[in-house]
Order: sequence, then C-alpha cells, then structure tokens
Amino acid sequence: MNSAADQATLPRTGPAGVTASQPHDVVLQVSGLAVDIRTHRGTVRAVNGVGFEARAGETLALLGESGCGKSMTAKALAGIMDPVCDLAEGTIVLNGTDLAALTPKERLKFAGPELGIVFQDALTALNPVYTVGTQLGEAFRIHRKLNAKQAKAEAIDLMRRVGIPEPESRVNSYPHQFSGGMRQRILIAMAVALNPRLLIADEPTTALDVTVQAQIMQLLRTLREEGQMAVILITHDLAVVAEEADSVAVMYAGNVVESGPVAEVFADPRHPYTKGLLESVPVNLERGDQLRSIPGSPPELHDIPSGCVYQSRCPLVQDICRAQRPALRPAGRRRADNAAADVDQATSATNDGGTAGRPVRTAACHFSEEITNA
Amino acid sequence: MLTYLRKRIISSALPLVVVVVGVFALARMTGNPASLYLPLNATQQMRDDFTARNGLDQPLLVQMADYFGGVLRLDFGQSLRTGQDAAAMALRAFPATLQLAATTMVLAIILAVIVGCWAALKPNGIADRISSFISMAAASIPDFWLAIVGIWIFAITLGWVPTSGVTGASAWVLPIATLLLRPFGVLVQIVRGSMVSALSEPYIKLARSRGAGELRVVTHHALRNAAAPALTVAGDLTVGLVNGAVVVETIFGWPGIGKLMIDSILQRDFAVLQAAVLLTAVAIFALNILIDMGYALLDARVRPVTVKA
Amino acid sequence: MTSPVTQGAAQEQPSSQPPTRNAPNARDGQPGLFRLLLKDRFASVAAFILLLVGLTALVGPALMGDLATKQNLLFANKAPFTMAHGWEYFLGSDSLGRSMLARLVVASRTTLSVALPAVAAALLIGSLWGVWAGYHRGWRENVSMRIADVIMSFPSLLLAVVVLYVFSPSAANIVLILALTRIPIYLRTARAESAELQSRTFVDAARTFGAKPNAIIGRHVIPVVLPTLLTLATLEFCYVMLAESSLSFLGIGIQPPDVSWGLMVSQGRQYLQTAWWLSIFPGVAIVITTIAANVLAAWLRIATDPAQRWRLALPRQRLIARIPVKEAQP
Ligand SMILES: Nc1ncnc2c1ncn2[C@@H]1O[C@H](COP(=O)(O)OP(=O)(O)OP(=O)(O)O)[C@@H](O)[C@H]1O
Ligand code: SF4
Ligand SMILES: [Mg+2]
Repeated sequence: MNSAADQATLPRTGPAGVTASQPHDVVLQVSGLAVDIRTHRGTVRAVNGVGFEARAGETLALLGESGCGKSMTAKALAGIMDPVCDLAEGTIVLNGTDLAALTPKERLKFAGPELGIVFQDALTALNPVYTVGTQLGEAFRIHRKLNAKQAKAEAIDLMRRVGIPEPESRVNSYPHQFSGGMRQRILIAMAVALNPRLLIADEPTTALDVTVQAQIMQLLRTLREEGQMAVILITHDLAVVAEEADSVAVMYAGNVVESGPVAEVFADPRHPYTKGLLESVPVNLERGDQLRSIPGSPPELHDIPSGCVYQSRCPLVQDICRAQRPALRPAGRRRADNAAADVDQATSATNDGGTAGRPVRTAACHFSEEITNA
Repeated sequence: MLTYLRKRIISSALPLVVVVVGVFALARMTGNPASLYLPLNATQQMRDDFTARNGLDQPLLVQMADYFGGVLRLDFGQSLRTGQDAAAMALRAFPATLQLAATTMVLAIILAVIVGCWAALKPNGIADRISSFISMAAASIPDFWLAIVGIWIFAITLGWVPTSGVTGASAWVLPIATLLLRPFGVLVQIVRGSMVSALSEPYIKLARSRGAGELRVVTHHALRNAAAPALTVAGDLTVGLVNGAVVVETIFGWPGIGKLMIDSILQRDFAVLQAAVLLTAVAIFALNILIDMGYALLDARVRPVTVKA
Repeated sequence: MTSPVTQGAAQEQPSSQPPTRNAPNARDGQPGLFRLLLKDRFASVAAFILLLVGLTALVGPALMGDLATKQNLLFANKAPFTMAHGWEYFLGSDSLGRSMLARLVVASRTTLSVALPAVAAALLIGSLWGVWAGYHRGWRENVSMRIADVIMSFPSLLLAVVVLYVFSPSAANIVLILALTRIPIYLRTARAESAELQSRTFVDAARTFGAKPNAIIGRHVIPVVLPTLLTLATLEFCYVMLAESSLSFLGIGIQPPDVSWGLMVSQGRQYLQTAWWLSIFPGVAIVITTIAANVLAAWLRIATDPAQRWRLALPRQRLIARIPVKEAQP
C-alpha cells in the first residue's frame, strides 16, 4: 500500500522523545471548562471544571468511561455543541486567543485554519449528497476563497497526503462508495486541510478493524509530526494511549480526576479510578484469571454527588470524600522534586507563556498518596 | 440509472393502466353506455343508432380492443355539447391548468423553503409560528370556501381583483392564493422538519468545524439533504393540486381541465370527461417519473437499482 | 374512576413508562388518558367542540322541527346577529326566508352522516387489511402495497367525479367512494406498524406457544397499533369532511333537497353580494370542526405514544417548544 504513512520520513518523536529539557510550545490551554445541558428534567452539568493543555507535536489523550463527557469536551473546544448545550464557564486559549470569549461568528475564522476535528463515525460525518472532493475542498473555498477548480486540486492533494489511492478519480466519488477506513482517512484529511495547530480526534478508530486502526493511528502520527500539530486523542483503548500519547487526562462524570505524562500515570496511578481503569485491562492474564472491571456504574448526570464524584464506586471511600470534593492537586513521585512550582501551576491551572516544563501530575483524590501500586 | 428508470416507469405505469381499464369498466358497468353518452332525454331511436355506430353490439373483447385502440390514437369520440373532438378539447384546456399549477407549485416551494428554513433555525420564532398556522389552516380550511371568502373580501367588498376569468395579472391572485394554501402548508412542515433533523446531523457539525457559517450551512449543506423528503411528497402534492384545481377553476371560471371535467359532468358529456381524466392521469404519470429522476439526481445513494422505501 | 387501581395508573410517572410501547398493556391507562386530556386546555376545548357538533347532529334536527324547510318570504334575506326576528333568525335567513341556524343544524347531520361512516369503513377495512398484510409479509404485503399505490397516485376527486357520474350521487355512494379512496392511508400505516411488530419478541413468544396468526394479530398486534390508527382516523375525519364538502360544493355530492355544509356554501355563492352569511357561516362551521379534530389528533398523537407522553405533563410553554431555543453564545 502506497500510503502517506508509509512514506513518512521524519523521525518519530514519541513519548520517549519528549524530555524535560525540550518542552514543546503549549498550543491549547483549557481551564475551568464547564458545559451545561438543558434537558426536560432541568439543567445538568455534563462537563465540570475541566482543564488541560496540549502541546505542539504532542498527543494528549482523554480517557474515561462512556458518557463521562469526553466528546462533550471535544465539541465544546471545537464550538460545535448541540443547541441544548451551553458553554457555562471556562477559558479555551488557543494560541493566545480565548475561544470561549468569542461569538460563534468570530469563532468560524478559527474553525479550520487553527483547529480541526475528526469524528468517530465517518459515514454520518460526511454529507451523503456531495462528492468527497466537494467536501474536502470546502475549507479552501471558505478560508482561502479558492474557486471550485482550485479547491478540487487541493482536495486531490489532500487525498494523496492521507494515502487514498487514485485520488484523481476517487475525488468525484460519494462517501458511501468508500470503505470505512478510507472514509476515516477522508475525515482526517478534511480536519488537517488547512494545517491546523490543534487536531481533535474523537475515537477515530473505534468503528474500524484492527489492521485499519493501526494504519489510521500511523497516519495521525505522521500528520502530527509533519505539521507539528497538537493532537487531542479521545479513545477507550489504553494500549493506544500508552503507545501514542505523551500525556493523559482521565475523566470521570464530567471531571478530570487525574492527569500527567502517560508513562508516569500508567506506571503509578494516583487516583483510584485510574487504577481501576488500568486493572481492567487484561495484561499478563493467566488463563482462568478473573478480569477485574470496576463494579458499579458512573452516576447519572442529574445526581452527581456533592463530594467526590467517584465515591459510590471507590474502594477507599471515607467520610471526608462524601463531605468534600477533592480538588485537582499535584500528585505522584515528582511532587517532592519541584513541589513549589508545581503547586503554583496546578492550582491556578494556567501556564506562564506556554514554555514551562513538562506537564504536571495531578490527581483529585483525598487519599491520593495512600494508593499502593504493586 | 437506466435500469432504475425503467423500473420506476413500469411501476408508475401501473396506475395508468388501471385508470384506463377502470374507465372502460365503469362505462360498461351501467349496462348500456348509451345511457352514459347520450342526454337523459334521448329517444330509443337515438340509443339504437348510438349502439350500432359504436359497435356496442359486438362482444366485450372486441369492444375492449376498440377502446384501447381509441385511447392509443387519442380518439375518445366527440363532445355531445360542442360536437368537437373530445381529446382536442381536453388538450386545449390543459395549458391553462398547467400554468396555474406550475405557478402555484413554484411559489409554494419558494415560500416553504424560506419559511421552513427560518422556522428550523429559530424555533418558536415568527417563522415557526407562521409555519404552524399555515399547516393548521391547510388541513382545516376547505379550499372552495377560502376562495369564496377571498372573492367576498377582495373582489366584492374591496373591488381589487375580478371575481372570475383570466383577464390580466390581478385575475391570477385569488386562484393562486387559494391553490397555494394546501401545498404550502404541507411543504413548510416537511421543510421545517427535515431541516431540523438535517441540522443536527454530524456532517453539519463537521461543516461548522471547517468554518462554514450559518448561511452556508443552510444553503450548501442542510437544504440539499432536506430537499429529498420534500421531493417524496411532491407526487402526493401534485395529486392534491389536481383536486384543488377542479375546485378553483370551477369557482373562478378558469378555462382549465378541472372546469372542463365539472362542466362535462354537469352536462353529461362522457367522452370529454373520459378524455380529460385520462389526460390528467398521463400528466401525473409523467410528473412522477420526473420526480423520481430528480430524486436520483439529488441523492447519489438512490441511483443504484434499489428504490426508496 | 377513583378505585385504587385507576389512581395508581393515573399517578404513574410518565418517565417510568418504557420508552417504546412494548406490550398491549401499555394501554391500561385509559382513565389516565382522560385526565391528561383535561389537563390540556386546547385539547379539551377541541374535544368539547367535537362533542357539541356530534350532539347537534344527533338531536339538533329534531329540536329544529320544520324550521329548516319552512319558507317565510316575510323574513327573506335577513341579516345575522340580531334577535329582532326571533332567535331562529339570529344567524340570518336565506332568500326563501328559511332560518340559517336551523339549516346549519340540519346540515350538520348530513355532513357527519357521510363523514363518520366513511372514516369508520376506511379505518376498519384499511387497518385489518394492513395488519394482515404486514403480519404475513411476502406476496400479500407486496400486492396490498401496489393496490394502495395505485389508488393513492390518482386524484381522489377525479375518482369520485367519474364514479359519481356513472352512479347517481347519493349519500351512500359518496360514503363508498370516500371510504375507498382513504383505505390506503390506514393500509400503509397499519402494514408498516404490524410488519415491525411481527418481528418483536413478544409476538415471537406467542408464536412459539402455538398461537394461530389471527389470534396473535387480534391479541398482540391490533391493540398496539390501534392508538396510532385512531389518531390517524381523527385526522382523516377532517380530510373526509372537506372532501364531501368539495363534492357537494361542485354539485356532485349531496343533492338538494338534502343539505350539507358544503352544499350550503355552494348555494349561498350567488348571493355573496347581498347575503354573505349564506356562504360564510357553513364554511365557518366546517373550519371550526376540522380545526377541533386537528387539535385533538395532534394531542392524541402525543398522548398515545408512551415515549412522548411526558411532554403533556410539562407546562404548556414547554410543549410548544418542540426543540429548545438555540441561544447565542456570549
Ligand atoms: N444532546 C444531549 N442531550 C442530553 N444529554 C446529552 C447530550 N449529549 C450528550 N449528553 C450527555 O452528556 C454526557 C457526556 O456525553 P459524551 O458524549 O461527552 O460522552 P463520552 O465520554 O464521549 O462517551 P463515549 O465514550 O460513549 O463517546 C452523557 O451522559 C450524555 O448522556
Ligand atoms: S476522594 Fe475518596 S472517594 Fe474520591 S477517589 Fe479519593 S478516596 Fe475515593
Ligand atoms: Mg464520545
């Protein structure tokens, strides 16, 4: 197969390539993000005080059970929420501009050139009545004011870039005439058309088979490195996170409960939920071993408890957990190393100019230090 | 595409055949068609003459073959009233109806698209209320009564437009306004509904994420997807429009095919009625084919042989 | 009405209803349905109007005696809205001095006695046929759907025109032709619903117990599709009433000396300049009745759908708001 991914020439800078001495620029800084949904049973908060940052050329993974608000966060970032949802609080600083403060109209200027998004279901994400060429070219027509012919040429270029064979003839095909993997490539091409600084990929491989999944991840990696994009990757696949992501934010019931560099978080989780999540993955499983899933289920949006959001399922729960919601605080091994600076950063959840050191490890648990990881 | 079209033509032709056979059957059902074709006060001599002249004394199969031959040659016999060729009379009346129907339909589509899109974008706004009101009115108000209220207010009381006839542009206002109500009411709900669902599709979100503004999202993305459901009801609407045309033409003295039908009924002119009914059936058949082609042009997914559900 | 059982049913929280109607017992809340109706102002008024029209048609003509036919040239063409000539001329009189009010009341019986049987016949035949076709699928379904297509693709008025030309335009013939042209509506809906149900688990379960198709249709399929079909019938009542009026107006429906609302509009037409009320009032009667039926049908559609029923428990404002308002971001 003659895909762009295979032609990648740039050396891969994975998690191992990132060291404390070479921090990348912070492209996106989210803090205090809250999203309300108006339902017929009243307004509920689906995303609550979420903060994280994404750096150029790096991948931030959003992790969490189904329904914990990952997609909602992604849509809030991209400004494409459902009409029933409101951005209630928070700032979304993309390259120095707070998107949350802009009107929907002003935001359109950023949609495409600065920020692209990829959805999970490529079939419904593509308009069935237009050729893929038309849809791929649209970004160029809107933002670069190209004419139809030039836009089509750009579309062919894009299709070649994401490894679609025979782009010259396929450009006139309709979405339903492509395979699932190819449709996902088209969707990715659409998102990276204008070389955005930030790419949000919401479960880009969930609907695909394993080999195609690997190809798509490879493609995303190549594109990220070529364009020095910051990528926010939403996925349920912990193996993918371990392999692809540089840092991770674990969400539960609309809150970030733990975040930090992937290697550290996975090696030494500082939140019971993260720990449970990691233990539910079958690694080194002996035949006949019990697969350990977290008992219970996340709270409904309209009755999230006032204390710790995880209290109903947490093995370590104490009275204080029910009384007081734990804040996101620095945690883990490095806490002792540079505690002062980190506390400052983490509690204010902001970053001075975006060139500071590596992402901070944080966790929202009263007993974060008591967690033992064998 | 050709297979698809052939399939559609065959399935749409079925009603046409049924109508042709049905008219023949009805005409024979009363016993002697002479009682249908001839005036009520015809003498026995006239009846016998008629029977012999039209081969009604022949076996039914021969009669049927004759009838089909006549239909194919557009030969429906002569009008009792005027002695003219019945088919020619129907064909002459046809353009007037076509003008009226086409103008109404174009207006209905334009208005429904504007109001429907606007209503979908601003739920509970003015346009939403207008669209609900129009739909309710369309389903509740008899068109003949609406026409009469129109005549009473605008022609008789205010004297702005003529009460009937085709003199000048103002004569078009009331007939079209009357005829417009039903298709507008149905279409505006369809457009509104399909726009609401199209606007919540992921591909619309994605278009927004490429920087497409509100206007572009509506005109480039949602409208074309919303057009397909509207087109599916277009066939039903046309059928309804024929119903409306009969009423409106009768009230406003519009010399179209609907008035011709009612006139020929009231004067018991079966040949003309038959010609007019069959011509209308053919026109509807042709239109259904056009609609199907439009459907296939609009949406690539129905182009293969499979047909819409 | 106040037995513990019905109270329980009425108090049952709508949200606890299963989102899909999954069994015939989804309808055991009939008394609850009546309470829901009382809660909705528009729907109650509509139901009340329909009840009033029905009562008028039932007992009105007897109360009016010969007022509708009694000619009195002294009172010819009297304008409406005055009691000066007695209550019977409150809505004016026609050129023969007949009371408009009495004629409207008598006409209501004709109008309903065409519309109701036509709707009932079409509902009965179309529903049974459709349920049967949808349950058995295969050729029975295909043939039925083709027949429905043929009838639907031809303007009903033309069909009526031809038939009423060949046969004489009597009330019975009008009922027949209206029923015939509206059967496909129920046929299509009933078929779609029944075909869908046919594959559901509870029907499967009944089949494994060895129940006969007709028993399954009667016990499991019909109760589930009935609410939808009744809602449809309420809407169809409008259509059929309008169709009868159109036919009568065109002179091929109800024939004098009988009188229906549509015929009255037609008869009053030539006096539009001098006595507008002759045409306008019967039309108003038609419009009021059809709007009431439409409103009731819209309400029924929601009330009989367990998945949507909760909407009726909301304040009126919210019910109208079918989708929440999209607000501009700050
Ligand atoms: N339009 C909406 N109306 C009401 N609730 C909604 C709406 N959209 C999302 N939600 C709710 O918001 C919560 C967060 O949903 P979200 O789609 O962000 O979950 P997710 O983390 O992406 O889950 P998944 O992994 O399954 O994609 C869910 O509980 C969902 O039920
Ligand atoms: S705060 Fe308490 S309940 Fe919440 S995760 Fe920590 S230990 Fe568990
Ligand atoms: Mg999601």
